[in-house]
Amino acid sequence: MNATPPTPASAPPKLTVENVSKRFQTERSQVHALDRVSLDVREGEFVCLVGPSGCGKSTLLNIIAGLDQPDIGRVTADGKPISGPGSDRMVMFQESALYPWLDVLGNVMFSLKLKPALTNAERREVARFHLKLVGLEKFEAMHVHELSGGMKQRVALARALAPNPRVLLMDEPFAALDALTREQLYGDIQRIRAERRKTIIFVTHNVREAVCLGDRVVLFSANPGRIREQFEIGLPRPRDINSVALAEHSTKITRALKSHLSSELAEVAE
Amino acid sequence: MKRSLTTLLTFLVLLVIWQELVHYGIWSHVLVPAPLDVAKYFWDVLRDGSLLSATGVTLKRLLLGYFAGLVLGLPLGLLTARFKFVHDTLGVLALGLQTLPSVCWAPLALLWFGQTESAMFFIVVMGSLWSVLLATDAGVRNVPLLYVRAAQTMGSRGFHTWFKVILPASLPFVVSGMKQGWAFAWRSLMAAEIYITILTGFGLGNLLHYGRELNAMDAVVGIMIVIVGIGLLTDKILFSPFERMLHRRWGTAK
Repeated sequence: MNATPPTPASAPPKLTVENVSKRFQTERSQVHALDRVSLDVREGEFVCLVGPSGCGKSTLLNIIAGLDQPDIGRVTADGKPISGPGSDRMVMFQESALYPWLDVLGNVMFSLKLKPALTNAERREVARFHLKLVGLEKFEAMHVHELSGGMKQRVALARALAPNPRVLLMDEPFAALDALTREQLYGDIQRIRAERRKTIIFVTHNVREAVCLGDRVVLFSANPGRIREQFEIGLPRPRDINSVALAEHSTKITRALKSHLSSELAEVAE
Repeated sequence: MKRSLTTLLTFLVLLVIWQELVHYGIWSHVLVPAPLDVAKYFWDVLRDGSLLSATGVTLKRLLLGYFAGLVLGLPLGLLTARFKFVHDTLGVLALGLQTLPSVCWAPLALLWFGQTESAMFFIVVMGSLWSVLLATDAGVRNVPLLYVRAAQTMGSRGFHTWFKVILPASLPFVVSGMKQGWAFAWRSLMAAEIYITILTGFGLGNLLHYGRELNAMDAVVGIMIVIVGIGLLTDKILFSPFERMLHRRWGTAK
């Protein structure tokens, strides 16, 4: 039980975001979270969305997930418009959102229980396969509160991978973890992505993290949320977040991010 | 082990002191029955079967009324949490009626149902229903939105989300509401039994009432001890296992 997972993957995805705008009405003001954002994501691509808080990168992720609807514009997966959440696009949140009333295996099996075609034995097998993938096969009977922050996110990753989605949407999944745990997970996510061939959209405000993981880094600016600049990262994999070449790339992107920030401030001042 | 021994010894010593205080007439035995008198009362009512039958009558009323309160309160609480309209109408009513000690329903219940078991049943239901309803409502409202969103991305919808995510997530609230509902039901029933006599069944409250009428303080204290015992026992049997399970799963302190 190691090479292939029991559920088959279906046709290749391609995500297209076309001219998407989204505003939120808060009590004091209106937030222009996304302003005419367009983005294409290739099959198997790892795209990192980076920007200051409030730039709409999480909003875009939620729209792609189908959890939010755009005011204008449309998002398609494989040419079909996204109308709601679906297990072809699984989400990993900043907090693990694991269910305390289920044990680790039960959490990973949650989405599989919604697939009527599988038998219970198959569900258990699929769940165990993915727990092994994240290195937690020995912890399947643990309760959620007994896990460390890093282990929780690993379980959340296994849970997201279990229904074999072709797109993985990750919303700052490592932001609450300590640096050491995070570095381990950078290695794991690159390995799993290579093994399981997922298309990944990864939201972060950490430029170094984005350069370490992404094939492409998309820079957002806030108020209104727009895409400012995009960078292809051609570094060989697996990447080490502490390498010099990676540091050079992230310095370049950080500089770009800062210049966008200051031009934004200038725009506001005008 | 050592701690329960300490507890046991303390109570034994207190009982002995109590017995001696009454024995030497420092406490009047008319006002305070001696522990041995109470023990003798227990012996008598156990032998003639009246204690067992009264306990049976009371427990039957309690269980019937309480489970009816649960069966009504849980779904109604889900409804108030789900629909704004129900929350603004039934929810407000529940909040108001929860503050009403349910024995206050006794005059109306007597008028509507007469001196029947239905009157008792009604009072017990009124005692437990509202706190179960409100706790369920609060539990559902406190379910993190993230749980629901995560479930939706995994393909869960509608009833599945309600039964597999929202309901289990609100269990800690619901169980404490059930416990509160139980306590209220128990108190309402005792008050109602003291207040209302129903000829088809004499419960513990009735016995307590007659103890007072006959000035038999040994009976009064004896019944009070039985009532405390039933309260403790149900807590241990009904709720403790449930609560232990929740603590283990959620990792909350004991």
